[in-house]
Amino acid sequence: MEEFAFAFLNGDILREAWPILWQGFLYTLALAAITVPLGLVGGVVLALLSTSGPRAIRLAAAGWTDLFRAIPPLVLLVFLYAGLPFAGIDVGAWGAVAIGFFLNTGAYYGEVLRAGIESVPRGQMEAARSTGLSRGQALRYVILPQAVRNVLPDLVSNTLEVVKLTSIASVVALPELLFQARQAQNATYNATPIVAAAVAYFLLLWPLVRLISRLENKALAGR
Amino acid sequence: MGGFENFLFSFFNLKVMATYLPLIAQGLGLTIVLALLIVVSGLALGLGLAMLRACGIRPLNWLIIFTVDLFRALPPLVIIVLLFFGLPAMGLGMSSFAATWLSLTLVLMAFAEEIYWAGITAVPKGQWEAARSTGLGFFQTLRLVVLPQALRITIPPLTNRTIAITKGTALGSVVGVAEILGASQSAMSFSANPSPLTLGAIAYLVLFIPVVALGRWVETRFAWKR
Repeated sequence: MEEFAFAFLNGDILREAWPILWQGFLYTLALAAITVPLGLVGGVVLALLSTSGPRAIRLAAAGWTDLFRAIPPLVLLVFLYAGLPFAGIDVGAWGAVAIGFFLNTGAYYGEVLRAGIESVPRGQMEAARSTGLSRGQALRYVILPQAVRNVLPDLVSNTLEVVKLTSIASVVALPELLFQARQAQNATYNATPIVAAAVAYFLLLWPLVRLISRLENKALAGR
Repeated sequence: MGGFENFLFSFFNLKVMATYLPLIAQGLGLTIVLALLIVVSGLALGLGLAMLRACGIRPLNWLIIFTVDLFRALPPLVIIVLLFFGLPAMGLGMSSFAATWLSLTLVLMAFAEEIYWAGITAVPKGQWEAARSTGLGFFQTLRLVVLPQALRITIPPLTNRTIAITKGTALGSVVGVAEILGASQSAMSFSANPSPLTLGAIAYLVLFIPVVALGRWVETRFAWKR
């Protein structure tokens, strides 16, 4: 037991590692604050293209979505970070994370929002247009609000996944929470910093997990 | 060399690809084995937990809910790193393959339990009461009446979640599992050319595009009638 506490819950090591863990935590928050909106923008564009464009564009958008849902995000990130420089394109760690998350989470948000838009009856668009709203106005004021409400649990759940996914930025050496915890672990030969990082992720995301459970149960009860 | 030739030389270098094809094919095999192990053990454990939860023992249910929440909240990569780099400190070292398998199994278990549980609670109470009144026991009712109805509606969300988590096998490369991504990265450093990475990406597409398409089909096939 003592051995366990020394290896995993070591107060001295935690105190020593605290400053860089805290920095990592803030970095993770910043990453989430950038990647979630990026993914949402990509998702809205994809969802609109795959529901209201001409047939060829709809098919292309669906193909694009499937492509980036099939490639694991880490593969995409490694490709952008370590592969592209061979072709003389160096986007850097930040660029790789931004592009990778835009492509990957955009595809996931796109799929969720597409399902939402398709769940709104066709008559809504026709009625909105017949009152004199333009297509864009009808989308903005009538279709999207209903679409978002219909798939709210999936949207929140996808957002949770995006925040969790920011941990892969450690692979390209961005100093987020997991990266800092690994650094601290390497410096101290002790697993406490990683345990601390896991606790931090859990405390940050548990409320979101609870919220998703409640939203899902409510959606289920409403059927 | 022109820009286009340079691009081809870097990303579609057939010579490099041919050299490392066997390595990446091995990686593909490892990814498939790992994914199948995760799917089987994760879904089975998830179903087991959901059935335990149906028994309605309060303290046990709190424990189940906490475990499920924990593995839904933690990023899979954090769990893998913790198991692989943390446990040896306790003399419980495990191989990188085992650490990846166990981590993703726990994650799939948590998400699957939640989905199975939602399915079980969606079956009307009258079904339980009617089945019990015909003389079926609790577990008979669960197994013969409730689960067959519950499982049907869990198929679409379960399929999508399972696909998303099996793609996490790529995370194993971080701790040194020579699955597709790990094998491609080694090949890339041996050859100083990123073509193996292209090959790896193609391997993932070959593996997962049919699965993603299947997920889409399942979603429409088993869609709830609203």
